Amino acid sequence: MYKLTDAQEEILESLWIEIEENKNKPDTKILKDDPAFLELIDERLIDISRPHLFTEEGFKEAEKCVRRHRLAERLLADILDVKDPLMHEAGCKFEHGLHQGLEDNVCTLLGHPKTCPHGKPIPQGDCCRGFEKVPKKFILALKDLAPGEQGKISYINTKDKDILKKLISMGLLPGNKIKLLHRFPSFVFEMENSSFAIDKDLAEHIHVLLLDKDKAIKRGRQ
Amino acid sequence: MHKMQKRSAKSIGLKKVIIVGAPNVGKSSIFNNLSGRYATVSNYPGTTVELFKAQVQLGSLNVELIDTPGMYSLLPLSEEERIARLILINDQPDLVIHVVAANNLERMLPFTLQLIEAGFPVILVVNIIDEARKEGRDIDTKELEQSLGIPAVATVSVLSSGIKELKKKITQELTFPVADISRRKLSKINYPQLIEKASLELEHLLTGKYFLSKWILSLLLLESDEEITALVKDKESENLLDSIEEIKQKLQKNISQPVEYLVNVTLKAQAEKISDKSVRLKPKKAASFSRWLGELSLRPIIGIPLLILFLYFGIYKLVGGFGAGVLVDFLETKVFEEIINPFFIGLFERIIPGGSINSLFVGEYGIITLGLRYAVAIILPIVGIFFFVFSLAEDSGYLPRIGALLDRLFKKIGLSGKAVIPIILGLGCDTMATMVTRTLPTKRERIIATFLLSLSVPCSAQLGVIMAVLSRRGFALLLWLGVISLVFIVNGLLLNRVLKGNRPSFHIELPPLRLPRLSNVLVKTYVRLKWYFKEVLPIFIWASVIIWLGQISGVFNLAVKLLNYPVRLIGLSPKMSEVFLFGFFRRDYGAAGLYDLVKQDVLSLRQTIVAAVVLTLFLPCIAQFLMNIKERGLKLAMLITFFILFFSFSVGLVLNNILIFWGVN
Repeated sequence: MYKLTDAQEEILESLWIEIEENKNKPDTKILKDDPAFLELIDERLIDISRPHLFTEEGFKEAEKCVRRHRLAERLLADILDVKDPLMHEAGCKFEHGLHQGLEDNVCTLLGHPKTCPHGKPIPQGDCCRGFEKVPKKFILALKDLAPGEQGKISYINTKDKDILKKLISMGLLPGNKIKLLHRFPSFVFEMENSSFAIDKDLAEHIHVLLLDKDKAIKRGRQ
Repeated sequence: MHKMQKRSAKSIGLKKVIIVGAPNVGKSSIFNNLSGRYATVSNYPGTTVELFKAQVQLGSLNVELIDTPGMYSLLPLSEEERIARLILINDQPDLVIHVVAANNLERMLPFTLQLIEAGFPVILVVNIIDEARKEGRDIDTKELEQSLGIPAVATVSVLSSGIKELKKKITQELTFPVADISRRKLSKINYPQLIEKASLELEHLLTGKYFLSKWILSLLLLESDEEITALVKDKESENLLDSIEEIKQKLQKNISQPVEYLVNVTLKAQAEKISDKSVRLKPKKAASFSRWLGELSLRPIIGIPLLILFLYFGIYKLVGGFGAGVLVDFLETKVFEEIINPFFIGLFERIIPGGSINSLFVGEYGIITLGLRYAVAIILPIVGIFFFVFSLAEDSGYLPRIGALLDRLFKKIGLSGKAVIPIILGLGCDTMATMVTRTLPTKRERIIATFLLSLSVPCSAQLGVIMAVLSRRGFALLLWLGVISLVFIVNGLLLNRVLKGNRPSFHIELPPLRLPRLSNVLVKTYVRLKWYFKEVLPIFIWASVIIWLGQISGVFNLAVKLLNYPVRLIGLSPKMSEVFLFGFFRRDYGAAGLYDLVKQDVLSLRQTIVAAVVLTLFLPCIAQFLMNIKERGLKLAMLITFFILFFSFSVGLVLNNILIFWGVN
């Protein structure tokens, strides 16, 4: 575990995104006098002689930074209801607080989200691996809700265009209040003043932030 | 300015007004109110498959009204929604009326926004306002007009309230439309920057002439809408297409959520803002009885018995018992055999005694003695009662609940809960049901449903007659039901295995359970019966003529002789060959023939059961055969027909031998 400064984390994060996601070769010239960058080289997290810049340790650390940033954004958007222009800024500050396992707790709380509010993938942490279904969380897929539980749709987790179209046509979009009535034989829920029935295949893409927190905590203790 | 001039120049001719909106919002009844003419009032996605048009005089204007199938947004999901959108794109409406349910304003407003963005002159109709008020929601239409920049009217279409104001606004909008520029400004929506930028770039690139605004076209292009892409392909140069693709790629690279998702999230946020301003909430919530019942009907433990009760009383008792029993008996023996037939036979004996012309009208297969009698005395009461029961289930909101209840089971045979509607409708008329398979989302589901309808879903005329014939003999009816259900399930399971493609997904809106309005139910029954008779009566008459021709030319005898072989093979009397042949001209015609034979005591119990089973499975009637070709194509329709021909007789053969083995005679 490295003790990194905020500036170091920022550098690792942006380099990782440039290399891993945008597949660009970043220009390190502008960084070469940055003390934080030089420290990273000293700590053997960055090695400019390597084609991908990162050492193995450095890559892992950078991935964790990205994960913290995106989890922070998810937390801000879903739980704290922060809107977009503010979110990035707040996320940048927030992420540095998520250390030493705290990030995994946040991840679990959010139900191991796969993408940030802007749709970028969140790198997996130890807590996500091997967990299909974790009991302790506030955000659940609609298919995991119990009858009678209600909440607010926090995000839709699919890139399948057909499924997306169907959900959109029903108005199943983030922000709507939703209450599950039945799980069997179909998933029946109420939204605004309408009721709908859908199958499990669709219900697993809708993620809901539970409104009745007491109930959610009780679930966590089960 | 330019646009306005163009419109006023066009105003001399016929004005085209298109009504759009989601299912269950009372679109059709708005249409009826405006046109003064009846159309089907639909309560589930699926009845308004055919378009309803009407010409009306509004003030000094000549208006053509068009009612479209239900659609939720500009992104089509089903074949029907695709058709609805095509009308919008191609028909160049002078005005679009968007009907929404007051209860669900927020969910439906995004579509209004899209329509405005598409450049249509739009009037928003907030319907079923009475129900919303009952639940403590009132809607400020003035505020809506302000924030949307278009006229808005609150209505209760089933009570014709608000219609006068709507008519006034339509005339006004058709003569002096709200200026286009202010409309665009008022409804300006802030899409995510990257999308906004890409869309603006596209908007400037498009050079073709379109009936939709270039702005909405650009957005739809970015959303990778196939039809719009094809449309643009037709009208733009090769170079331009490349740059469009480039802009799309660039955008996609920079955002990792699908464009349509982000666009719809934005639209939704805007809609929410508008509805927050215009909806006045008075908290009041009471769990009503109908809500409670609607809830219960979805629990299998109550829903399944309820469904069985519905089928037992609705289909067995009402259609089978009352329709096929009491009504048919009365019309057959009292009206036709005692009054109409003797009258016409007497009449024709006096005009043209004997000979083939005489038998064309009043002979054994005469137009009056057979064709008209079958149509009016046997088919009319049975189909009429069925459509009444079906409309009752539809108007009360019960039908989609059956879908939700049976979805899991239907998945096993490759269908989803949506297919419950065409399959149950098939118990009324398979031809109509085959047409309604259009509401199913994938081709695979449509093929499976068409096949199962053709093979193993008996129509109400068959059902009525078969129940009347078999119910007198205890276990026979259950045995028939068992065999037909088995065939339905086994073929469904196999098709689900054999056919390539994804498993279907299911989603359906559950409208509130309402006490059905008798007037609505009667109108729906009437519209369906009218459709049925327009289609059926000519076929009955023609079938009589063809049989008569076949008789005097000897072709009929030859065909019957050919059919004699398989018929004897399954242990039936040769008399049944005629029934099978009739069956092709009209499925129910065949059923009625069976009814006659049993009444004459020509068939033994075993023969009756085998005949009933084979006749149910046998070739669809000629009308359905034609519908299969129309909906599924010649190749598939022929394939289905040949399979059924062999399959039905094979089942008959096996069943006959089993029954002989059991000692049933």
